[in-house]
Amino acid sequence: MSNSEPSVRPATRRCLATTSLAGCFGCHMALLDIDERLFELIERVDIDRSPLTDIKRCGRCDIGLVEGGICNAENVHVLREFRRQCKLLVAVGACAINGGLPAQRNHLDLGQCLQEVYLTGPGIVHGQVPDDPELPLPLDKVHPVHEVVRVDYFIPGCPPSGDALWKFITDLLDGRTPRLGHPLLHFD
Amino acid sequence: MTIVDTLEDGPTCDQDRLADLLQPVLARHGSDPLRLLQILRDVQDDLGYLPPAALTSIARAVGLPRARVEGVAGFYAFLHLVPAGRYRVLFSDNIIDRMLGSEELLDRLCNRLWIEPGKVSEDGLVSVDRTSCTGMGDQGPALLVNGRPLTRMSAERIDRLAELIRAQAPLEDWPAEYFAVEDNIRRRDVLLGTRWPAGEAIGAAIARGEEALLAEMSASNLRGRGGAGFTTHVKWESARRAPCREGSRARYVVCNADEGEPGTFKDRVLLTAHPDLLFDGMTVAALAIGACRGLVYLRGEYAYLLPELRATLEARRRSGLLGEAICGRPDFTFDIDIHLGAGAYVCGEETALLESLEGKRGVPRNRPPFPVSEGYLRQPTVVNNVETLCKAAVIAIRGGDWFAGLGTRQSTGSKLLSVSGDVDRPGIYEYPFGVPVNQVLKDCGASDAQAVQVSGPSGTCLARHEFSRRIAFEDVPTAGAIMVFAGHRDMFEVARNFAHFFAHESCGFCTPCRVGTALVARCMDKIANGHGSQYEINEIFRIHRLLHAASHCGLGQTACNALFDTLHKFRPAYERRLRSLDFEPGFDLDRALAAARQMTGRDDPAAHFEPTPAGGR
Amino acid sequence: MDARSLSIDGLPVPFDDGQTIMDASLAAGIFIPHLCHHPQFTPQGSCKLCTVRANGRYVSACTMPASEGMEVESNTPELNDKRRTMLQMLFVEGNHFCPSCEKSGDCLLQALAYELEMLGPHFPQFYPDRPVDASHPDVLLDFNRCILCELCVRASRDVDGKSVFALSGRGIGKHLIVNAESGRLADTDFSLADKAAHVCPVGVIIAKRRGFAVPIGQRRFDGEPISRRVDWLARRRADDEEEQ
Repeated sequence: MSNSEPSVRPATRRCLATTSLAGCFGCHMALLDIDERLFELIERVDIDRSPLTDIKRCGRCDIGLVEGGICNAENVHVLREFRRQCKLLVAVGACAINGGLPAQRNHLDLGQCLQEVYLTGPGIVHGQVPDDPELPLPLDKVHPVHEVVRVDYFIPGCPPSGDALWKFITDLLDGRTPRLGHPLLHFD
Repeated sequence: MTIVDTLEDGPTCDQDRLADLLQPVLARHGSDPLRLLQILRDVQDDLGYLPPAALTSIARAVGLPRARVEGVAGFYAFLHLVPAGRYRVLFSDNIIDRMLGSEELLDRLCNRLWIEPGKVSEDGLVSVDRTSCTGMGDQGPALLVNGRPLTRMSAERIDRLAELIRAQAPLEDWPAEYFAVEDNIRRRDVLLGTRWPAGEAIGAAIARGEEALLAEMSASNLRGRGGAGFTTHVKWESARRAPCREGSRARYVVCNADEGEPGTFKDRVLLTAHPDLLFDGMTVAALAIGACRGLVYLRGEYAYLLPELRATLEARRRSGLLGEAICGRPDFTFDIDIHLGAGAYVCGEETALLESLEGKRGVPRNRPPFPVSEGYLRQPTVVNNVETLCKAAVIAIRGGDWFAGLGTRQSTGSKLLSVSGDVDRPGIYEYPFGVPVNQVLKDCGASDAQAVQVSGPSGTCLARHEFSRRIAFEDVPTAGAIMVFAGHRDMFEVARNFAHFFAHESCGFCTPCRVGTALVARCMDKIANGHGSQYEINEIFRIHRLLHAASHCGLGQTACNALFDTLHKFRPAYERRLRSLDFEPGFDLDRALAAARQMTGRDDPAAHFEPTPAGGR
Repeated sequence: MDARSLSIDGLPVPFDDGQTIMDASLAAGIFIPHLCHHPQFTPQGSCKLCTVRANGRYVSACTMPASEGMEVESNTPELNDKRRTMLQMLFVEGNHFCPSCEKSGDCLLQALAYELEMLGPHFPQFYPDRPVDASHPDVLLDFNRCILCELCVRASRDVDGKSVFALSGRGIGKHLIVNAESGRLADTDFSLADKAAHVCPVGVIIAKRRGFAVPIGQRRFDGEPISRRVDWLARRRADDEEEQ
């Protein structure tokens, strides 16, 4: 590295990880919408932890894409792992950015929600709130990603289009500050 | 007395009895929409709060849409749209009151009364809450009970207070010494050290004639004592020359007695000790600009001064100092009315004050036009601070050159300072402008000051190395507040108190101030609660820059001044609270699982978050 | 009439007496971001998105009278950064969930966020609890999206002569109210035919049974960003809000 040409960007492969927290996997589906550009992507990056690889733990990565907001304890653990392991953390999609649909429960009391769903709702007999330690406990409020860890970039959209994701990722890989202009930038 | 009975299904209100009760209030104010705020205050005095049906009736009577009336009622902190208790206790929440133990006393009172701060007791008897500085910094901890000030609170007094409230004793039967408000004048100069007979200034002004009077004002170079320091004679000249609206000859003199800047109380003392000098000053201003009507906007916290001030006005009418043919001059007619505020610091901003005087929400107007051309009722209006008008009266008597000989070149005359905090002798100090801060500190007995907040939360925080600076528009300008903090005080908590003050007092008109002050208060709480990092400090700077540039009025523009100053001069007070080098959530993750733990009955390790070790993870 | 002019970002812009910087810029086809301004109503100057520097001083373009030779800076990185920050403040202050909002694609708040490349809200969310008022037969009020621009207040008061809307509270607690003791829109004289029903720049005042009528791709700001719609912004009238 020390004797390489300083004005030329090193052509090293980068490492990418992705995860979906309190999201619908729509943003991941949108990533697949880059279609044949997937081949170019895997030429340039190794994919670490991701639903696409089924790798369960995240190693050291250059870029982490996080879909979905934070609604339970497991979300927090995964998010912290991503923040720890990824040099750049990107919040992807409406839910990661402002909580999205899951956050619309935020004006309701969690205890009352659980009570109604599992104990007192119509048709429930001998109801019980699930208490298996395997299940992550829900947080009292849903939070966007940037309220729990530091976030480097945001890609809005519900979901962002494949083109927007591609533009953003290639900007990052090519060393440009990512920008989304009209019409790639949209919140819906 | 109350007509509102709290029943199980909420408060109810008998329509006929309501109409009977509203009628005298509405009659007293002529059902004048300009007097809406005064009407709302008086109705609340009778009913304890402003029930929806009362707002509907008032709206109908004054001829305003109901929503507009509700909007006004919802703006002012002292007006309640829901029942607030028959005894409404409000602790003055300036940092100076806190340093004197107000928070401990608040907790003590709540414990004695079995209530939570901010909530009304179940029997509707009492509520205990905080309010912005009540202007008693030299005799705190202070509080208001149903709008009346109580000073020098102590644990013993609080215990007695709880007993009196539980016994439902009328305020008239409470020990008179609780309500004693002292002047605490510690240093007198030309203004406080001289006896000014009522009317002397008016006689002198009439003898000089309007043109010569304005020339004296010009020679005096008097600048506004409310903080902004605008040259008074320029205001007067502009208002005198500004055309009135068609078909009217009305010009107005408005006295800004909305002394809301935390730590300031010199106008209270002037209103108590020299009301005639103030009214003389207003009358002199009226002569100079050709006004026939004057209005005093008195902050709601000082409502207890109203009977005395009204009596003074009445005496002046009797002796020909107000009304028609003042001092024997046949063409000089002028009278003064007093309006009360209702708990809104922003009304100290002159255009917000004018809105409030017109019975509206106290939202600052767009400028231009300025009040001198379009002020009260869009007519030419001079708005001057209490102290400024007193000084103008003195100038009418002694002349401009005499006045300009005092103080410094750009800051002529003397200045009243309200000194409070860690000093042996808190109170009012009058100095010629140009006095060094360390002279003030020496005189008031501040032996161990580490910081002096000059001119309140919106002003400047001086550290020890700056104490040789001078009180003057050329150096450290001030509206009069000097709050002193000794070496053991935590300057972060000072700044946090100020941040909450601005969030509470933002009128909410413009985006940056409305949201920015709330965000800054949250940042400070986050740091205080042990979740802070460098991230929050950067955020405060960022929001400061935005508010300074884009806020609608001075409140937002100065809202982060104290944070900016303390972050520069007392940064370790912030840094020792920071939890890690990296970002931390603003909430307690483990506590966020508490509701789910309770519902599931789980307490296994996965049902908890490990507390994050300080200094990173 | 004298040809008087100021400059905006170096471009000469003519103006007439009584015009503000905003009036002059709209007439000249120059885009200055704004939310609470509408050419049909008295300028208010509360959103502060139109903050510019006029002869070096920060002012609101919509309320500042134009003056001869005035040098206005508007499209600068510094001002756009401040505007973006204020948009982020508006987004976190309310509950703005664009994917489920009928106004998405036709919303000035959203369009400005696109224009200023606001990718995320930056600040923590306030998530205020603001109940929806569905009492009126024809109109839904979703206060979650209110940005307190007072356009409906001005339209109902100044054009409809009804004063159906007003603001109450203060600071971060400031909120829109309606002219009824019950607090319900159904108990006011509000009508879908009112001008006030058609001036909301965001998705608070929503006509019922018409949501999502325009397909994605054909909504007002799908085709062109707001900065290229200055002609539309300039000739907006309350009664043609419904047109594309």
